[in-house]
Amino acid sequence: MAKYTLGIAGNPNCGKTTMFNALTGARQHVANWPGVTVEKKVGMIKAGEDTIELVDLPGTYSLTAYTQEELVARNFLVEDRPQVVIDVMNADALERNLYLAVQIMELGVPLVLGLNMMDEVRQSGKHIDSDKLAVLSGCKVVETVAREGKGADELLRTSLELAREQRGEWKPLTISYGPDLDPVLVEMQALIEAESFLTDKVPSRWTGIKYLERDEDVIARGRAVNADFSARLEAMADAVEMHTRKTLNARPDALIADYRYGFIAGMIKDVVTYPVLDQDRVSRSDAMDKVLTHTLLGPLIMLGIVYVIYEITFTVGEVPMGWLESFFGWLGDTVTEAMPDGHLRSLLVSGIIDGVGGVLGFVPLIMFMFLMISALEDSGYIARMAYMLDRVFKIFGLHGTSVLPFIVSGGIAGGCAVPGVMATRTLRSPKEKLATIFVAPYMTCGAKVPVFLMLSAAFFPENAATVMLMITLGAWAMALIVARVLRSTVIRGDSTPFVMELPPYRMPTLRGVLIHTWERTWEYAKKAGTIILGISILIWAMMTFPQMPEERAEVFEAQRAPIVAQLETLDENEDEDAMAALEEQLADIDNAEAEAAIHHTVAGRIGKALEPVSLLAGFDWRTNIALTGGFAAKEVIVSTLGTAYSLGEVDPEDTDTLAQKLVNDPMFTPASAVALILFTMLYAPCFVTVVAMARESSWTWATSSVIGSTALAYVMAVAGYNIARLVL
Amino acid sequence: MKTGFCLRNAQVNQMLKIVTVSAEGELGRRIRDLGLIPGTECKVIGKAPLKDPVALRLKDFTLTLRNSEADHITVAALED
Repeated sequence: MAKYTLGIAGNPNCGKTTMFNALTGARQHVANWPGVTVEKKVGMIKAGEDTIELVDLPGTYSLTAYTQEELVARNFLVEDRPQVVIDVMNADALERNLYLAVQIMELGVPLVLGLNMMDEVRQSGKHIDSDKLAVLSGCKVVETVAREGKGADELLRTSLELAREQRGEWKPLTISYGPDLDPVLVEMQALIEAESFLTDKVPSRWTGIKYLERDEDVIARGRAVNADFSARLEAMADAVEMHTRKTLNARPDALIADYRYGFIAGMIKDVVTYPVLDQDRVSRSDAMDKVLTHTLLGPLIMLGIVYVIYEITFTVGEVPMGWLESFFGWLGDTVTEAMPDGHLRSLLVSGIIDGVGGVLGFVPLIMFMFLMISALEDSGYIARMAYMLDRVFKIFGLHGTSVLPFIVSGGIAGGCAVPGVMATRTLRSPKEKLATIFVAPYMTCGAKVPVFLMLSAAFFPENAATVMLMITLGAWAMALIVARVLRSTVIRGDSTPFVMELPPYRMPTLRGVLIHTWERTWEYAKKAGTIILGISILIWAMMTFPQMPEERAEVFEAQRAPIVAQLETLDENEDEDAMAALEEQLADIDNAEAEAAIHHTVAGRIGKALEPVSLLAGFDWRTNIALTGGFAAKEVIVSTLGTAYSLGEVDPEDTDTLAQKLVNDPMFTPASAVALILFTMLYAPCFVTVVAMARESSWTWATSSVIGSTALAYVMAVAGYNIARLVL
Repeated sequence: MKTGFCLRNAQVNQMLKIVTVSAEGELGRRIRDLGLIPGTECKVIGKAPLKDPVALRLKDFTLTLRNSEADHITVAALED
């Protein structure tokens, strides 16, 4: 009984994940690689007596230190030393896919080449002689069609055989890098071996190559181990670079790439045979691109597709969302009835059940969005979206695919920032992704809509529709402007190169899409059980404690007593009108008590303490409490405003009374309404979104977004308030 | 096939051969990783609706490239 660790490497879009799924089925575990937000998937398989741990490495084209993905993949090979690496290759682009394979061979890890997508190779009329490739590359080669599961078993069997044969021994491949670099490399190799410099982990020649390539990660490790010796190697690399720049006008890393490709070209010359008469045959994919990326039709079709994603996510997703809401509503009612009044009940119902219920309510949205987005991604269309929109989004320092997170977050009013932020997964460019995460929550999500609707209907009844449209457009403008500002300050730097593969259109597989959706949804649901539960309890406590002193409560009780007494004397059938009037009085007292109670809590005190500052934007303590509560969920803004205006809890769907109350409040002017709209649009996203942001970037970034956006919201609200006061 | 010119100025569907790649750093690395090295044959098969980026067809696959990135690549026209 033995345990084996196998890594699966490969280019993006080569069917690596499909192969991983075919090999492991649903028995996989998703986590992040330590310290980075790159996803790590591990699957456990039993093969007879043996246990196999299969690790899915991030999709990369190379093993340099430029991206987190490549570093993660490389460090896994070097540090975890898997017994065998399976390189899943898109055999249709064999030459480019071998570029990664050759780099793994240079490291020396035992390698099995999985020639995937052999069906496409045959369709295109090419022929690949895989036996010859096995001889020339010295690796075992297995032909596969991952989407049909073909060859998966053989791939695993072959890998296990290799693992048993090789017993963890590495046999690095040596490639000639030409007359300028080879002598230096040989010299470096001898020195490195004499010094035993990093040789416990990696072959000496590989370290030499990395010094010539100026690989920051390897050089940093080298310096840490032996700074003097590292300096010596760096000096040798500098000298040879001077030389190659002068004589060949190229840096060593470029030469190394050229020679690697030369080596590959030599290897596949007799392996791949192209059809002779097929030069002008337009592939189906190119024909589709003629329409789908057409100057006029392309953007129109894209708009249509984005709109359909949006509609399905929110209209179809609403149905199961309603079920979940009813379920948690029922659960809350049941608990309320079953338990005596008190803090424990309030904690259970208002803190835990409402909090977690509200958060789990997003699950259907996330599910539907990921169903469609993973289908689109697998089909190759997301790459086309990036291609068509790049020119526009580049201006704002974003990426073409930023459009998806924006739309889902509420670029069309009514979205939700939680799935929106999660949709940034499709962005492979780190800086653009950070900027997108930061600004996507500015969009008008479904929970902000009632706030905006109420305010525009109450204060601008003539132009309510225009105001709503302006809010949506304003959110876009702010998001793009802030992104631009971020990209020229905090996350400054050239845009990530757009050199990107445009994979041929492929039919997504149901299995792949379902597994991906399940992973995302499950990950989110788990979060709801942990961090989100904690924060809901915290916010509940802030809005409940400290309670009013007994004497104050007694005052309200004293007001109620005579009315209750009067009620009891009345006959239920005869004095309906009188009873109704009395009950209304009771409700008024209850609401006044609720207002007094919330005034006394931590949230109320925060609201009161902030009044001097917030008055500059036209908000009194009531609005402040509502906005504080809005950090839990934006729906809370309207209901808390209701409590603070002693209306009891206001249903966000029915805000007429609250609107009337606001209009009648002399403190709350149309200018305050403008300021509140601006503030709600921009300030800290709800904490569920913040958790999602932290998951996609880091807690530091999520926190900066909360603070930065709130500061911006305040400045804009103050400016808006004062300008509106002059104009309106 | 005589003098090289910048890939930005290439016409759609013109058969080309890459002469030099002068990009360095991350961009240079990405360009080379995807197989754009001297001697590679390619042709521009389409442009995005706003004329930038362009879609470049290599022997086995298609990739996209911004005009500003194409500036680092010189090509020569291949006569049929």
